[in-house]
Amino acid sequence: MTVSLIAGQVLSGLTTAMFLFLIASGLSLVFGVMRVLNFAHGSFYMIGAYLAWQVVSWLQPMGADFWIAALAAGAGVAVLGAIVERLLLRHLYGLEELYQLLLTYALVLILGDVAKYTWGTEQLSVHRPPILDGGVPVLGTTLPLYNLFIMLVGPAIAIGGGLLLSRSSAGRMLRAAAQDREMLGALGANVGALYTFMFIISSFLAGLAGALITPIESVVPGMDVQIIVQAFIVVVIGGLGSFWGTFWGAVIYGLTLSFGILAFPEFSLFSVFLLMAVVLIVRPWGLFGRPIR
Amino acid sequence: MSVPLTRTLVRPAAPPARRVPWTLLIFLLLLPLPWIGSRYDVFLMNQIMIDALFAVSLNLLLGTTGLVSFGHVAYFGVGAYVCGILMKTCGVPFIIAFPAAGLGAAFFSLVFGYFCVRLTKIYFAMLTLAFSQIVWAVCFKWDAVTGGDQGVADVPFPDMHWMDAVPGLGELSQNSKFYVLTLILVAVSIAAIGQITRSPFGRMLTAIRDNRERAAFIGLNVRAFELSAFVVAGGFAGLSGALYGIFTRGVFPDYVYWPQSAQVMIMTILGGMNYFWGPAIGALVLDWLNQEITNYTQYWPFVLGSILLVLLFALPGGVLGGLARLGGALRRWTARDA
Repeated sequence: MTVSLIAGQVLSGLTTAMFLFLIASGLSLVFGVMRVLNFAHGSFYMIGAYLAWQVVSWLQPMGADFWIAALAAGAGVAVLGAIVERLLLRHLYGLEELYQLLLTYALVLILGDVAKYTWGTEQLSVHRPPILDGGVPVLGTTLPLYNLFIMLVGPAIAIGGGLLLSRSSAGRMLRAAAQDREMLGALGANVGALYTFMFIISSFLAGLAGALITPIESVVPGMDVQIIVQAFIVVVIGGLGSFWGTFWGAVIYGLTLSFGILAFPEFSLFSVFLLMAVVLIVRPWGLFGRPIR
Repeated sequence: MSVPLTRTLVRPAAPPARRVPWTLLIFLLLLPLPWIGSRYDVFLMNQIMIDALFAVSLNLLLGTTGLVSFGHVAYFGVGAYVCGILMKTCGVPFIIAFPAAGLGAAFFSLVFGYFCVRLTKIYFAMLTLAFSQIVWAVCFKWDAVTGGDQGVADVPFPDMHWMDAVPGLGELSQNSKFYVLTLILVAVSIAAIGQITRSPFGRMLTAIRDNRERAAFIGLNVRAFELSAFVVAGGFAGLSGALYGIFTRGVFPDYVYWPQSAQVMIMTILGGMNYFWGPAIGALVLDWLNQEITNYTQYWPFVLGSILLVLLFALPGGVLGGLARLGGALRRWTARDA
């Protein structure tokens, strides 16, 4: 193995990792605070990708602006998330996990068909923003500027989210809600509004991630169910509900996948599922999480 | 008290609905279909029976033991692949391939279940999902044995010449003969699951569902019971998978993809997971609706999602739970009138 080959695999692994972190971070936050495993998170991501394509195609005549589209996609999905939380999810908090799983799965089915109905089944793609065209040479391989950008966005969101959780007053409330929802309510905090806020942030991240993937992968039906399982793996490896765990989980996932392809090209898919199973068996609460009662 | 717990658990007073031999009744009801129904009826009912067995096997975990398995399709898939590969590639007769499918699926559930029952709740669900995705990834990529994304095509029908000896059966088409074969095998399997559910072993599972800690306190080896339930459920899922592979004349990796696990779970809950026959009713309603609605629109998932929403908010006990509630309301109403 040459240095450039290894560098190439590391870089592609890290790009995958940061993408998955963008998606999985929202999933992890919602599970950590609300104890809801959101199957529809992948659908939010897909809707974000379609919205980004839509906005770009609207803006095309006046000089397409990818960044506006990305923010619009995030905002649009955040609104969708708010509606879902307020109208549906809210009524199932007290019940068993099974009912929440099924509700979010119903949303997977419905949103998947809504996307198919609205945007058809063809592959749609979005051009890279011109400012990020081209690449930089790194250790004998070329790293596309766009991938470099993604590799910076991931840690930026991680640090921002981490600071929000550990330093801000909203973060303190969120951590309290994760510990004991009833007690927090009894102390006079508006837990309902807090949950809605949490869900909106999580949906925004999913929509943003969907928009940011469009220059790299084409937008197709089925990307929702494919990505959600990957996001689950990342969240499980890092520890359900652990924010930084999700970050490192994504890094481990990305590197396992990219080096797994080198070692066993046939079974790289297999290797990440195996990783998930092994983590669940050895440390169900994840490599970086703490056991939950 | 010194009364052994098992004695009180073995035979609770059976309500009248329990005393009806439902399996036999439904078997006799469905038997004449190939002679009186259209080809379409036979096709649809065949699929419903296979799905019913699959859903009833899941309910042994979901409703009876209270284990939310999100990867039950793995064992369905293992059964389908074992039977398909044995019959297509190795030319093994059905009478050996069918039990082999059940045993193969049970073996996989034993290995996977050994790890799964160590976890609870959401972690249990995630681990079952992970294992089912491992099975999927292997089926999808292992070209040499599973045919990769092409799957195992052209799985042959079993040899059903022995039916010619039975008067009336000989003139039926291959599809109708397979319907009769499915009916017999599914009826026997469901009757067996029913016996298991009503046995002392099944009562123990329900005790675990109702209160895991208390069941452990009275000396039950909870994990061993859960693992046994997991293996039995996986084995019967494998049998239904074997039938399904022959029914659709092929086995494909899509059969093992995780949304299929969600689909069978929806069937179970749609019918009512607190009732033995609930999952079968769910399979009936869902498969029938699927056929009817796909005639009009390609957006079946949308309809299914909407059904699920209605179910969650308006009918949490499923179809049978709703009927029971309606029956109770009617009884109260007539009692007040009298």
